[in-house]
Amino acid sequence: MTSQSIVSLALPELILGGSALVLLVWGAFRGRADLAFLVAAVAALLAAAVATAVGPLGRTFSGGLIVDAGAVFAKVVIYVTSAIAIPLGHRWFGRRGAAKFEYPVLVVLAALGMGMMASAGDLISLYVSIELQSLALYILAAFLRDDAKASEAALKYFVLGALSSGLLLYGASLVYGFAGSTHFDVIASALHGHHNIGVMAGLVFLMCGFAFKVSAAPFHMWTPDVYEGAATPVVGFFAGAPKLAAMVLLARLLSQGFGESVGQWQQILVGLALFSVAVGAFGGLVQSNVKRLWAYSSIATIGYAIVGLAAGGVVGVQSMLVYMVLYIVDVTGFFACLSGLTRHGRPLETLDDFAGLMQERPATTMCMTLFALSALGLPPLGEFWGKFYVFRAAWGAGTGIGIVAVFALVGSVVAAFYYLKLVKMMWLDPSAGPTDTPAIESRAVAYVMALIAFPVVLAILAALDPWTRAAATALTIH
Amino acid sequence: MNGILSITVLSPLLGVAGIILLRAFSRPDDARVGEAVRWIALASTLATLALSVLMVAQFDPRQSGFQFIEDLNWFSGIHYRMGVDGISILFVLLTAFLMPLCIVASWKSITNRVVEYMVAFLMLEGMVLGVFCALDLIVFYLYFEFQLLPMFLIIGIWGGKNRLYAAFKFFLYTLLGSVLMLAAILSMVVIAHTSSIPALLAYKFSPGVQTWLWLAFFASFAVKMPMWPFHTWLPDAHVEAPTAGSVILAGILLKMGGYGFMRFSLPMFPVASLQFMPLVFALSVIAIIYTSLVAFRQTDIKKLIAYSSVAHMGFVTLGIFSGNLQGEQGALFQMLSHGVISGALFLCVGVIYDRMHTREIAFYGGLASRMPFYAAVFMLFTMGNVGLPGTSGFIGEILSLTGTYGTSTWPAILAATGVILSAVYALNVYRNVTFGELTNPALAAITDLNRRELALFVPLIIATLWLGLQPSVVFNITDASVTHLVGAYHAATGR
Repeated sequence: MTSQSIVSLALPELILGGSALVLLVWGAFRGRADLAFLVAAVAALLAAAVATAVGPLGRTFSGGLIVDAGAVFAKVVIYVTSAIAIPLGHRWFGRRGAAKFEYPVLVVLAALGMGMMASAGDLISLYVSIELQSLALYILAAFLRDDAKASEAALKYFVLGALSSGLLLYGASLVYGFAGSTHFDVIASALHGHHNIGVMAGLVFLMCGFAFKVSAAPFHMWTPDVYEGAATPVVGFFAGAPKLAAMVLLARLLSQGFGESVGQWQQILVGLALFSVAVGAFGGLVQSNVKRLWAYSSIATIGYAIVGLAAGGVVGVQSMLVYMVLYIVDVTGFFACLSGLTRHGRPLETLDDFAGLMQERPATTMCMTLFALSALGLPPLGEFWGKFYVFRAAWGAGTGIGIVAVFALVGSVVAAFYYLKLVKMMWLDPSAGPTDTPAIESRAVAYVMALIAFPVVLAILAALDPWTRAAATALTIH
Repeated sequence: MNGILSITVLSPLLGVAGIILLRAFSRPDDARVGEAVRWIALASTLATLALSVLMVAQFDPRQSGFQFIEDLNWFSGIHYRMGVDGISILFVLLTAFLMPLCIVASWKSITNRVVEYMVAFLMLEGMVLGVFCALDLIVFYLYFEFQLLPMFLIIGIWGGKNRLYAAFKFFLYTLLGSVLMLAAILSMVVIAHTSSIPALLAYKFSPGVQTWLWLAFFASFAVKMPMWPFHTWLPDAHVEAPTAGSVILAGILLKMGGYGFMRFSLPMFPVASLQFMPLVFALSVIAIIYTSLVAFRQTDIKKLIAYSSVAHMGFVTLGIFSGNLQGEQGALFQMLSHGVISGALFLCVGVIYDRMHTREIAFYGGLASRMPFYAAVFMLFTMGNVGLPGTSGFIGEILSLTGTYGTSTWPAILAATGVILSAVYALNVYRNVTFGELTNPALAAITDLNRRELALFVPLIIATLWLGLQPSVVFNITDASVTHLVGAYHAATGR
């Protein structure tokens, strides 16, 4: 492997790592976050996305970093959504007098971690990339450091996140100890044909760690509290891209490292999926805070995505990718709306705050309605197509997974109640009073995401389908 | 004539776009906007009607297959397919016929949030037309599901005082039915490797699979129809919905259930249909007798008509699952006729509700002396509802009963008592409302139908009598398709 090809393969990550360091130094000397700083951070992320999209494919660092169609797909989505989070969050913190230059740097670092997660080919890069991403996100959650709720949320996130990192590390060490390698492909060939109990224990620990990161039940406890407490644009950020990164990495680990033990991990995934859908559907029913409600919604969503993963094979992984991308569109747009909405400077948080919003802010309400109904799974909106892919994959995988899918579908009817409750609040109830004009950034993001959720999705599915298929094929080769 | 189906489906949506543009570029307090929005809505529904009349004129009734076919490769093996045959084209016409009437009926009674109201109605029309024109299961499902949203808003925003409960019940009930259908659709796609309806009609599913698929589709259509005991959402939704909402609900949305049975359950799962025929017959007979009795005890006119709808849909399910020519033709005819008559009855209720703001039967009495025209119109549609020969109601009931008798004797005999029971409750409510002394002083100043209302009823009266006296206009169109459907069913079941 020549140094030239290492550079070209790792170019997106080098752009991000380099710009994070430069911006950090620059910010420390200039001492304030001005527009140029912001533009630089966004530009770095977009440059990384472009470099990922056009760059060569291959593996480097002796297999620790894999650049294939799957990694490219995930990274483009991750870098673009991270770029969106920077201006949104900057304006939000700016209104609260906390627009510090560290914010864009941390987002860039988190994006770097997520990008590496999508490319990780062995247990060491797996762990390092997850840690890089998580540490950046812990700080982002606590970014409003004078706010008690934000600090509480961040502490909770950190403590439970550290526990999950411990689980990951322990699982990784067990797998290494019994299989003799950290590389996914070597683990696969070492396991060839027989199920080692030690490796299986390690796999269970690894999967528990991942379940924490993607907030799948029963490892979801931190989610509602953290979503409620952390800054709204930050929530929009870490409810989306990190979960895609973790799901991609999990898909790669399971199919490339443990492809022959599918019978073992499939059961765990089915359990996680059913539990997540149930917790997400029933837990959301009693929430009065919209951010908590959306936390439960995201738990249910991960449940569906895991159904896709459990279906296995190219079709299953593809369905998971389609679903995650369309979910990210929704969650980004929804939290963009939320971060823009205030009444007399106070953010709208409880369901009652949203009463009669249709009379006050028709355009924003239309967007939020669209996102809520899309999350409900109403066709032909965005997330319906995700569900469509997942359940088609599940039926294709056999009757057992098909029945899991039917249970998940029935769960989505339960969850429909709380999305409808939100729609009802906004459309049917008398107005709770005028709201402040939302910032232009949040409106722009909301409109663009709403247009993607419907009707653009009907057109881009034709492009998304072959792209995700190629990505899924790459992720499942072993 | 390729593309006419998509143009027809899109024409109400163009109206939606026009209304939204108008709203976006006008001041919110401009009073003329409401008026302009009403005219745009009326114009686009009339354009849809013109297109569908053109479609029927171009339709070749001698062919049993689908016509005006459109096929567009979409993604991942899913095609955007549209087409109509003799069964679906009449539902397209019915929808296009009722919608302008709904817009006119809400002209004066809806003053609150007119923009949203008209947008919801036009979207509903586009989605319902799409349901009847879709030739791909996935496309069908998209249209079938999305119409829940406009109806949810229509009930929820402009409904009566218990509207939230009704709207949620309507949405969640129907959603539960349709997600099970989605599961069935996906498994059909996986098994048959296609979602094209013509291809699936020719595909033979194994009997074991048919049973499950049939049950899943049944879950959706039985709720939609609605069949006893899945009907409880309907009276709530009807009572709370505004007049035009009830017209659409009874006139068109319920027909999607019957259409689904005829399009999917019977021809795609013939073995299961035969196997479950006793179940369907039992539920239908219970629906006819039980809900007729329930209707008799209602004090709210709308609720009465709602229960009467459930009873009349019982005849439709009997006819469909009898699986013979008379039964199918009767069921189809009954759906069309019920679409016209129940729509007209809800409009009749709307007339007095607009004046007195109550639907209590006890409140009224002796209206004939103050509203002679109204009494005459209400009489005609009551008779149609009862199934008096000469009205369209008679043809549908007699044919579906004949068809049922051809398959199974007892259900037909029991269901025939429903004809008597419907006369009992319908004539009873008619007597209480229009005849007798005018005892309630509040009614002394009530006015007869105005010209707008009269214009509303004239097309419905013509349709009721024309279909009743000249039913062959319908059968000429449906004949080839229904004969084909029945022939395929008999070939598959060996009966």
